[in-house]
Amino acid sequence: MTKKVLIVDDELNIVTALEFLLQKSGYEVMTAQNGDEALQRVESFAPDLVLLDVMMPRISGYEVCRRMRERADWKHIKIIMLSAKGREAEVSKGVSLGADLYVTKPFSNNELVGKIGELLAGA
Amino acid sequence: MKARRKFILWVAVLYAALLAVPAALGVLLAAGLPAPEQEVFLAIVSERGPVLAFAALILLFVSAGVVRWLFAEYVTAVHALAEQTGVVLGANPALRVTTQGAREVAAAAAAINRLADAHRALQRDFEQRARESGAKLEEERNRLAALMSELSEGVLVCNAEGRILLYNEQAKGLFAAGETDATAALVGLGRSVFALIDRDQIAHALEKLQRLRQPGAALPTTRFVIATAAGRLLKVRAAPFVDSAGAVAGLVLALEDVTGLLDQETARRGLLQALAAGVRAPTANIRAAAENLAAYPDMDAARREQFVQIVAAESKGLSQQLDAALRQYADALKAHLALEDMRAVDLLGVVRQRIGASLGMASKLEAVDEELWLRLDSFAFVQALAFLAARLRDRYKVQSLRFSARAAGGHAELDMGWDGSAVPSDALSLWEDEPMQVGAEQTPLTLRDVLERHGGEVWYQAAEHAGERSAQFRFLLPAGEAVAAPARVAAATAESRPEYYDFDLFLESGATRALQERRLSELAYTAFDTETTGLEPSAGDEIISIGAVRIVNGRLLKNEVFEQLVDPRRSLSRESAAIHGIGAEALQGQPVIEQVLPVFQRFCEDSVLVAHNAAFDMRFFQLKEASSGVRFTQPVLDTLLLSAAVHPSHADHRLESIAERLGVRLIGRHTALGDALLTGEIFLKLLPLLAERGVATLGEALAASRETYYARLQY
Repeated sequence: MTKKVLIVDDELNIVTALEFLLQKSGYEVMTAQNGDEALQRVESFAPDLVLLDVMMPRISGYEVCRRMRERADWKHIKIIMLSAKGREAEVSKGVSLGADLYVTKPFSNNELVGKIGELLAGA
Repeated sequence: MKARRKFILWVAVLYAALLAVPAALGVLLAAGLPAPEQEVFLAIVSERGPVLAFAALILLFVSAGVVRWLFAEYVTAVHALAEQTGVVLGANPALRVTTQGAREVAAAAAAINRLADAHRALQRDFEQRARESGAKLEEERNRLAALMSELSEGVLVCNAEGRILLYNEQAKGLFAAGETDATAALVGLGRSVFALIDRDQIAHALEKLQRLRQPGAALPTTRFVIATAAGRLLKVRAAPFVDSAGAVAGLVLALEDVTGLLDQETARRGLLQALAAGVRAPTANIRAAAENLAAYPDMDAARREQFVQIVAAESKGLSQQLDAALRQYADALKAHLALEDMRAVDLLGVVRQRIGASLGMASKLEAVDEELWLRLDSFAFVQALAFLAARLRDRYKVQSLRFSARAAGGHAELDMGWDGSAVPSDALSLWEDEPMQVGAEQTPLTLRDVLERHGGEVWYQAAEHAGERSAQFRFLLPAGEAVAAPARVAAATAESRPEYYDFDLFLESGATRALQERRLSELAYTAFDTETTGLEPSAGDEIISIGAVRIVNGRLLKNEVFEQLVDPRRSLSRESAAIHGIGAEALQGQPVIEQVLPVFQRFCEDSVLVAHNAAFDMRFFQLKEASSGVRFTQPVLDTLLLSAAVHPSHADHRLESIAERLGVRLIGRHTALGDALLTGEIFLKLLPLLAERGVATLGEALAASRETYYARLQY
């Protein structure tokens, strides 16, 4: 069965690039541009993995992550946080809020696809 | 008391002797007579009994009178002479003894006075020689003090016990209390450095220095940062100094205020973080798009175009962001580093010297406000003015310039003017953007850069007065803050020696001995006085002023004083106002006693209190213990009691009487500080007199005070 990935970022350029990349890598892709939208899409689209940007207006990636982890039926969804902030404290915060992986921007496409593959294979 | 007993004894002896002679004569006479005549003799004697008794009474009065005369002429006179001689010897060599005694005593007094003259002459001669040999040392010391006050760093020197033995004004300023903080520790000679810097930190520094020390190598230094009570951050560089035996005798602490620098460092770090965060997102976008382009060369044209557009747009944004961040960084750096406060007069002095030397142009200084301060990068600004002067000379044949400056609102107006040739109004705006060049010196900076850095402006003004044309460039610059000129040490004289150091503290024997056993001469004192609303503390009278001065190593430290008016929260009586001259309006808005006492307590820390009639002042303090939470637990010495111990035969121990007796000049009486200074000087004069009487330690002084206190109570 094709795995489903939700991309959440308020910057359209990165969303476009990642959407193309992941489709080419054989995933079913859905996008969202803010936290509210992200939570709705998780409900309707039921992704296996969420690529979640931290810095978003109104509801931050941290908050989306925290709310997702509150739902027992979403526990299995993998979360990769993407962030332009790379300080240790921020990485720790993301991981302790329930993210499976914290990736600092910029990243390599190949590595990202590789990590997504690993996370989903282990699921 | 002793004198009275002696007097009675003398009278008794004389009287007994006077009675014994006729009695013995009578007995001898009667013994040689035959019995019947003896009876007649006895009858005559008993019949004349009342006459004989009257004669005996007369004899008693005579002998009392004789003894009294003898006492006055010889005993008391000699006593007084001895006491006066003691004062001449101990406290006031200018005093000459006087006597109302007998001629012989007067002769002795004259002889003593001759001796005193000779002694004084000898003493003067000795002092003169001591002064001469001390002058050179004094000069060296003053040079050191002057050097210290010129340093931009604060300097504290302490001995191994942590007692401060040298400091400069800058160090005092760095530890000064903030406006809201009354508990800041004080910098002062003989005070403990541990009140300023944590004991552990100093101990750690000493330990580290001990470890780092290598025989024969230069002495090591160590650094640490401390926070002052007022919230300043100080970088401390500690270096040890060793005594002749090679042991660490103390520390030299160089202090630098890095509060601003640390702010700057924080700003720089913040900027770097913001930059990193700002650059990461666009780089991620570019990289993701670019890697897609590379990985999927067969993507359709529309998609390819989309990714190429992403790369182009994001790269552009990225470069803009980098530029902005770097600009911001540079601005922050410039703003912090280069601007300094400088007097306008001094700046223009440099400018004139510069354009005279490198351009050969004459100039003169017109109205310049002496107290005008500028905040600027003086190097860049002098360069800018020289650049404009060069342009004026080269393009418009201007030969001489005039300068003036004044305050204008929060800014400073600085004019560079010249007569004659007008300059096209757009010349300045052209020059503003040219890289500045003066002679061989060139910089990539433009006049505009320099002005922007200062937040300043410049414009051109031309005027015509009675056919005389004149023009000027007017600069508007940020006004600066006056930088206190470092206290300069005047030419060396023994009297003017600054009291910022006391190397004799090196010799301090240490606090190991109990306070009571320590010598009076080596203790630190706070001589103080209060002014009050009246004389009855228990009836609601209050303190309205406290003055105090420190005494360390037998020196009155006139620049370590405490002076504070206190709002008594009650009205002042007319009588008390007549004494101290402090009006109600002067006390309005002053702190109340509960605020003042904690600060005063800090000032008195580690010292013995000295006051005249101390019980009075201490009673006021005691009544405030509950409300202020301040209790003075240190020993207290009373100059009134000590004076009575030294001069028991004098009845008058008022401050002015003692001062007169000991040759202390009366200045500034009836202000708390004036009286505190007077008390301090008197106390210092009393010390040798006490020593003469065998009172050398604090314990002995306290005992002597107790004795005189009880003695006075009996009167």
